Amino acid sequence: MALIQTKNIRLNSKKELEDHRDGLNFNTQASQRVITVCCGTGCLAYGASKLAQAFRDEIKSQGMELQVTVKTTGCHGFCERGPLVVIRPENTLYQRVKFGDVAEIVTETISRNNVIERLLYSAPGSTDKITCEHDVPFYKKQMRLVFGANGYIDPTSLDDYIAIGGYAALSKALFEMTADDVIDEIRHSGLRGRGGGGFATGAKWQSTREVDDALKYVICNCDEGDPGAFMDRSLMEGNPHSIIEGMLIAAYAVGAHEGYIYIRHEYPVALQNAELAIKQAKSAGLLGEAILGSEFSFDVKISQGGGAFVCGESTALMASVEGRVGEPRAKYVHTSEKGLWDHPTVLNNVETLANVPLIINKGADWFYEIGTANSKGTKIFSLVGKVNNTGLIEVPMGITLREIIYDIGGGIPNGKKFKAVQTGGPSGGCLPEDKLDLNVDFDELSKAGSMMGSGAMIVMDEDNCMVDIARYFLSFLEGESCGKCVPCREGLKRMRQILDRIIAGDGQEGDIETLTDLSEALTMGALCGLGGSAGNPVLSTLRHFQNEYEAHIKDKRCPAGVCKPLITYNIIDGNCTGCNLCVKACPVNAITSQGKKQPVILDQTKCTKCGACYDVCRLDAVEVK
Amino acid sequence: MVKLTINGRVFQAQPCDTVLAVAQKAGINIPTLCHSEAVHDYGACRICLVEVERRGRKRLVTACLYPVEEGLSVTTDSERVTKVRQIVIELLLARTPTSEEILALAERYDVTESRFSDMEGNNGDKCILCGLCTRVCSDVVGVNAISLVNRGTKREVALPFYDDETACIACGSCAYICPTSAITLTDSADCRTITWPNSKADFPMKECSSCGTHYAPVKQLQYMAEKAHLSISEFDYCPDCRH
Repeated sequence: MALIQTKNIRLNSKKELEDHRDGLNFNTQASQRVITVCCGTGCLAYGASKLAQAFRDEIKSQGMELQVTVKTTGCHGFCERGPLVVIRPENTLYQRVKFGDVAEIVTETISRNNVIERLLYSAPGSTDKITCEHDVPFYKKQMRLVFGANGYIDPTSLDDYIAIGGYAALSKALFEMTADDVIDEIRHSGLRGRGGGGFATGAKWQSTREVDDALKYVICNCDEGDPGAFMDRSLMEGNPHSIIEGMLIAAYAVGAHEGYIYIRHEYPVALQNAELAIKQAKSAGLLGEAILGSEFSFDVKISQGGGAFVCGESTALMASVEGRVGEPRAKYVHTSEKGLWDHPTVLNNVETLANVPLIINKGADWFYEIGTANSKGTKIFSLVGKVNNTGLIEVPMGITLREIIYDIGGGIPNGKKFKAVQTGGPSGGCLPEDKLDLNVDFDELSKAGSMMGSGAMIVMDEDNCMVDIARYFLSFLEGESCGKCVPCREGLKRMRQILDRIIAGDGQEGDIETLTDLSEALTMGALCGLGGSAGNPVLSTLRHFQNEYEAHIKDKRCPAGVCKPLITYNIIDGNCTGCNLCVKACPVNAITSQGKKQPVILDQTKCTKCGACYDVCRLDAVEVK
Repeated sequence: MVKLTINGRVFQAQPCDTVLAVAQKAGINIPTLCHSEAVHDYGACRICLVEVERRGRKRLVTACLYPVEEGLSVTTDSERVTKVRQIVIELLLARTPTSEEILALAERYDVTESRFSDMEGNNGDKCILCGLCTRVCSDVVGVNAISLVNRGTKREVALPFYDDETACIACGSCAYICPTSAITLTDSADCRTITWPNSKADFPMKECSSCGTHYAPVKQLQYMAEKAHLSISEFDYCPDCRH
């Protein structure tokens, strides 16, 4: 729908952009109600696009097309409770909405202003129903500067983005600021790269600006490969114009006229929305030649990656854009001086670029006030694992891990005990319970032996074995290593083999020392960031959970009851009432019934240690040893 | 010219020189495996790591790629350098326990055995994946007959599809540059055989129209003729009979 509106509009000046926005806002006031259906990847998997169509059909059949708009938006973050539907302007949040609820929502909530209690959210362990989106604890402690717009705009509509103030920062930069002003503003804001490195964005832009070269590039890195991370994807899917605007401002600041958005192959919706956004921006005069009637020109192309983790590394990414094998090279000459095709290149992460328009609009001082001494602004984390509310959250820097996991995340499910949180993706680190009150920012996380990384946060409970976790991340990295340098290629293989052995109950004296040696050799000696941080999963779990390693190696025991060769399932006769739930659950008939009120018998020779009996037993009659 | 120190000694060098070049010129030994003046540097073997200090910050860098700069302080055998170098040797030794080059390196750096020698993945293959052969093939010869295929631990040097030697001109540069003899070349009567770690190919040799010796691979002569815009008949005679 929106596409048709913008089709013939070409904005040739700052004023034309502003007039267009005023017109849009005037029109939106006329239509009062909006049903926003979250169509982020999570909700789409629940059938959100069909749900949106059902709303459209229902509105049509009830003859309310003129009063109500159905809008499909990007990810709202609260993926745990999808599909999410928000009725605006009241911001009534309905969660886990099904097709069967559509007619009722339109009749009751839209026509009669009645809230449907059954669809409202209530926090785990509470029966209180929460009506308004902003009152849900998951959203309450967040500060959704970059990510908030996702819930309000249709990512396929340029007008939606313009209506909420989109491209105002671009026009401000072009017509009211010099390139140096823009760089100063970004530098003073304290913005640091959100992709993982945390390098000062202003300084990066400055060094690219200073290089004398007629050809410069701006690249947006949308190659997000960390297990459990999906913030770049959701931003690119939900608000692609904000990223293009960020790129335009970066290009203006450094003097670039060409750019690339590097999107990994696994992100088809992000790709589709970015392609559409580029097309729309070009036809509206916001991208291409003489942007908004100014002398500035900038064009963006999309480069698709093959889904290799190492291609998130700047030099490998550029090799991939150039059409070569995505292998990194030594970065002794920075890519800001010699990057893509040896020309100066600014490479920024999606989230970093999405922050740029906000800073230009609201000013460096505003941004500088948010966050901690050396980490400014907000950070989007993907909160996953053993936590009640999984999803995407945007929080001010400096918030504690405890607030994230317990207040926003709603704590650990099933009354289990928190054990660790892995931050910074596979090359980050695991932090134990005594670090829960740590203020999350770039420096504090590094000090604690982890890192910010791109913002993946995986929560683990007492049922997770830390040796197993280290092995998981290591085998991920081993699979993603390009294999160019010896420490990474050979070292990761050896570390994984040693961990395999420990998990299999064949751990040896000296294994911990060898693992440490290899981790350190990787940290110091590997060619790129992947190898350089690949020792972290081992080093951080060793630092905080060495006793678990020792239990595996010396006592041949897995304290968390995870590593199959080291555990046995046993029936506690005193607790077993012979209910036979476990007998039915056992897939290999290893448990036999002795009749009612008699404890069952588990045949260890048949047991495959799948844990099905443990999961179904309600009487604590199955133990893992 | 810039001034730098290597192991405490002061040197002057061109800003485009690498640490390795300056050190080699001064007779300071830095071991290398994947470096050759014939091809572009690559930084993969990590054996030439040195410790540099710049603005008070120390880090390990590969000497073959690191450009010198004013005030740079380099240590070629610090404790950290030695430690990483030893582990790299240990890893290579497990991979290629029979390579004389690696055994000699191990002896020089007091690596008596590898902690990984009893693990799987020690195939006895001599290739250390330094990529010198593939670089010489593309950079110098310009034919790209072999390349590094797959990634990570599955990486290997191979012909296209492991058996397509059509692009190879049998020049033998890859065998010549290989630091561990993982690639071999044997000439017998009218045939040259090149053996790569996972493939092998035979190439017919050109017979001299005068003396009858088989003096060079036919494909190599064809390639040379084409490059030099010469007629193939220019190569009818071996170098000895040509005059």
